[in-house]
Amino acid sequence: MDVRKTYKLFVNGEFVRSESGRAYRPDGNVNVPRGSRKDLRDAVRAARTAFPAWSGRTAMNRGQILYRAAEMLDGRGSQFIELLGGGARARRELDQAVETLVWYAGWTDKLSQVTGTVNPVSGPYFNFTIPEPTGVVGIVAPEDDALGGLVRRIAPALCGGNVVVALAAESHPLAALTLAEVLATSDLPGGVVNILSGQRKELIPWLAAHMDVNAIDVAGCTGDEIKSIEEAAAGNVKRVIKVAATERSPYLVSAFMEMKTVWHPIGV
Amino acid sequence: MATALSLTHLGSLMRGVRSVDEVGADERAAALAKRSIKKSSKLWALDLAVRCMDLTTLEGADTPGKVAAMCAKAIRPKPGDPTIPSVAAVCVYPLRIADCVEHLRGSNVRIASVATAFPSGQSFTSIKVAETEEAVRAGAHEIDMVIDRGAFLSGDYQRVYDEIVAVKEACGPAHLKVILETGELGTYDAVRRASILAMAAGADFIKTSTGKVQPAATLPVALVMMESIRDFVRETGQPVGFKAAGGIRTAKQAIAYLVLTYETLGPDWMTPDRLRLGASTLLNDVLMQIDKERTGAYQSPDYFTID
Amino acid sequence: MALTKKQTAELAKQVFEYAPAPESIDHVKIQPRYGLFIGGRMVEGHSKKRFPTINPATETKLAEVVEADDVDVDRAVKAADKAFDSWAHLAPSQRARYLFRISRLIQERSRELAVVETMDGGKPIKESRDVDIPLAAAHFFYYAGWADKLEWAFPNRKPKPIGVAGQVIPWNFPLLMLAWKIAPALAAGNTVVLKPAETTPLSAMVFAEICMQADLPPGVVNIVTGAGKTGSLVVTHPDVKKVAFTGSTEVGKLIQRSIAGSGKRLTLELGGKAANIVFEDAPLDQAVEGIINGIYFNQGHVCCAGSRLLVQESIAEPLLEKLKRRLSTLRLGDPLDKNTDIGAINSKAQLERIQGLVESGIEEGAELYQPDCVLPERGFWFPPTLFTNVSQSYRIAREEIFGPVLSVLTFRTPNEAVEKANNTPYGLSAGVWTDKGSRILWMAERLRAGVVWANTFNRFDPTSPFGGYKESGFGREGGVHGLLPYLELN
Repeated sequence: MDVRKTYKLFVNGEFVRSESGRAYRPDGNVNVPRGSRKDLRDAVRAARTAFPAWSGRTAMNRGQILYRAAEMLDGRGSQFIELLGGGARARRELDQAVETLVWYAGWTDKLSQVTGTVNPVSGPYFNFTIPEPTGVVGIVAPEDDALGGLVRRIAPALCGGNVVVALAAESHPLAALTLAEVLATSDLPGGVVNILSGQRKELIPWLAAHMDVNAIDVAGCTGDEIKSIEEAAAGNVKRVIKVAATERSPYLVSAFMEMKTVWHPIGV
Repeated sequence: MATALSLTHLGSLMRGVRSVDEVGADERAAALAKRSIKKSSKLWALDLAVRCMDLTTLEGADTPGKVAAMCAKAIRPKPGDPTIPSVAAVCVYPLRIADCVEHLRGSNVRIASVATAFPSGQSFTSIKVAETEEAVRAGAHEIDMVIDRGAFLSGDYQRVYDEIVAVKEACGPAHLKVILETGELGTYDAVRRASILAMAAGADFIKTSTGKVQPAATLPVALVMMESIRDFVRETGQPVGFKAAGGIRTAKQAIAYLVLTYETLGPDWMTPDRLRLGASTLLNDVLMQIDKERTGAYQSPDYFTID
Repeated sequence: MALTKKQTAELAKQVFEYAPAPESIDHVKIQPRYGLFIGGRMVEGHSKKRFPTINPATETKLAEVVEADDVDVDRAVKAADKAFDSWAHLAPSQRARYLFRISRLIQERSRELAVVETMDGGKPIKESRDVDIPLAAAHFFYYAGWADKLEWAFPNRKPKPIGVAGQVIPWNFPLLMLAWKIAPALAAGNTVVLKPAETTPLSAMVFAEICMQADLPPGVVNIVTGAGKTGSLVVTHPDVKKVAFTGSTEVGKLIQRSIAGSGKRLTLELGGKAANIVFEDAPLDQAVEGIINGIYFNQGHVCCAGSRLLVQESIAEPLLEKLKRRLSTLRLGDPLDKNTDIGAINSKAQLERIQGLVESGIEEGAELYQPDCVLPERGFWFPPTLFTNVSQSYRIAREEIFGPVLSVLTFRTPNEAVEKANNTPYGLSAGVWTDKGSRILWMAERLRAGVVWANTFNRFDPTSPFGGYKESGFGREGGVHGLLPYLELN
């Protein structure tokens, strides 16, 4: 008889049950925690707390950690292939997810070189613009592509130094919750990524309206969801990131970034 | 008082003088240079420029005749026009003081003499003191000394300080203007340090330049020196004058210095007692501007005597 | 002529403080009434509603403009939409030439534009002459050069224009904000419908003439005047694909909400409550100038104004003394006078807002300082104001006043400075004054603001991206980053 795993939320680097004590069974058998608005609140708080240290890491170090995540994911490949339903399609999705992590791992220390500028202003000033992470990013995973869809958004957000509160695909949350185990063993500091499972319609409004969330990625959302998210996002002028779900580029990383411009006189 | 300063710590005190941001100082000076002064106000300002002027000749070729002519111009800048005031002073080499004494007799024009191995200052302190004493004895009311830039730039602030104190003592009743020769100091930070040092040592005026080194007076340097005066007055309550010299040739430049003085040091400095403009060729341009304001027509140099 | 020292000083005061030096205005012709700029020409509004635009320094009416209605806005958007295809497909080098031409025309008409800007908005002529207009021309010149180089700006992509851009701009830098909006939009191949602010429409009307002088193809730029209602019609029009707004955070949120779910692209440049942080080793005299420039430039009608002075406690006293002294030398009065530092408050409504916030500051216990300052009888004026004893919790330390009012707070350590500076929903700009290079970079890294001025303040340049963090908005204007909001990167 096998020892079954209890699936849990991933908040502040820890695996926790929903404070609500609720669960749902998306595949009809396994109990998955049904995260509540209070779990979401805790996740945002954890993310905010983790933000200064994570964004303060060197780009090289963030790259190493993303690469480490790729290693861990690849190492548990067979488990994910099984979770994703097995077969060539599942293998392809896993490979792509690993590749995405590796690709962005290599971007961390190049982003500011590609998207930053030194600006030739008319006057005796040194002037430069560099990308900086926007802060706490909410990510709604797409319902299809339960692993790859999420990794394609978490990786670029982390690449630039953001911290993440992600909602797992409601109908296939197991891959996302298992991805949390990968991240937990990748030297990623607690709270940098938080993953909640539960019902989108219950959680999205709280995420979209949360005043301490700086941006929300809606690649995994329906048109109706986007409309209500955008309305709620106005409460604190949240950035609503609408870049296509298939995008893989430094432009996507930039969508999670703020450009900061610094001026200083040049004189003796 | 000069002796109030603890001399043993002069070096570290100098390094503790607040820094100046070059770009910020340049921008502030440039902004003030854009101030516009019109009509009757401009006339008053031009009149003040004449009253604050140190009419200067500092050439190896200076003769009694040249100085006599300059003295006449100093007393009556525009022959036949008594509304134009005399200048504040003439400024000459020590050997020419006697000529000035002779030709300025009966006027209010003061005699300033450079001293202390002008313009380089590279001589013995004893010689500088002696030169100062001789100049005062010859009739100079004001001594324009140069600081020892070599000592200053090598960090020997003590030597600079002591020399100013010694020269000040040698001045007796004469006023001491201390020339920093800012064009050789390299940075506004150094200008500020030199200003504070000179004032602490007892300078009555601090002065930008000898006129023998480029750049000479500039508006931002003047601004930095005036801000130093402002801070010194705040700390000590003792007012110190400011003199710009070198490169001031046009009425427009002169007015810019007046604006700068007003904005930085306030109305109490708008007097020859506290403000001087040293120049050899400025006077006629100011006179031409005065006539332009009065007549409405632009003027020709042919109508203004060169000395 | 034997004047006492005191009399002389008094005379000097009169000469150097009160002598008027007015800019001549006889070369400027303001029409009594303006129409709308639609489809390449000035047309009568469908709306018969008009409103006056007044000179806030004299309260006299300068002209009447149309309060554009839905039919007018629809016409303008249709004109822009019609022009879009050929403008987007015009040889990029030709688009560049139109923009270069506009830049030159602004330079050629610079004094006229400066005078109009000053009369309509109340800002000192030396600012419109030396800052607003040259920067507006420079902005067009900078983006003109981008028009045929977009592929080099975004490697690996084929940038394409979005369509009709609906742009709504504020009253604090009317022509400059117009340039910030129109130049990148046109360079990228979009067409625009722009609504200038209700109180400052006139320089946009001169700009319409410039578009005609430049033979800009009809419909590429359309300008509709009006108030908030007109602006709302512009941004919500279904054929507007891209919305750009500069203004208050409050209105920015309304716009973000109003276009939710529409698929429109959006950039917002909103309010701010910038901290200007002065450390004990700062070059004090320049810091004072930076503080003055930071909050009293353009009467403090600046979204990135350094409205919170954070001064290290150890130098608070000498700094405040210098600051107060400098405050007393600011000249308030006729904006057309070349020596004026502080002009008129832009509108009665804005004046009342400033007065209300200043009253709240007094009530909450802050200590008010205003230099002796005679306010003209007519027009809207507010003296340069400084509050000490301000707590982080006071309204004057949290809310954007958008006026010449500085709140002074103190701090003890760099960490505390950062904490206080970031303790706001805004994040547009910040200032740091210190002599220590490593500390500047340390601070710059930690300040959550889109622009950090170190040992300077309120500098702008077309090559330099500008925009906010948090509730100060999103998207950048200026530089290569300023193109991005106007392009699809396929």
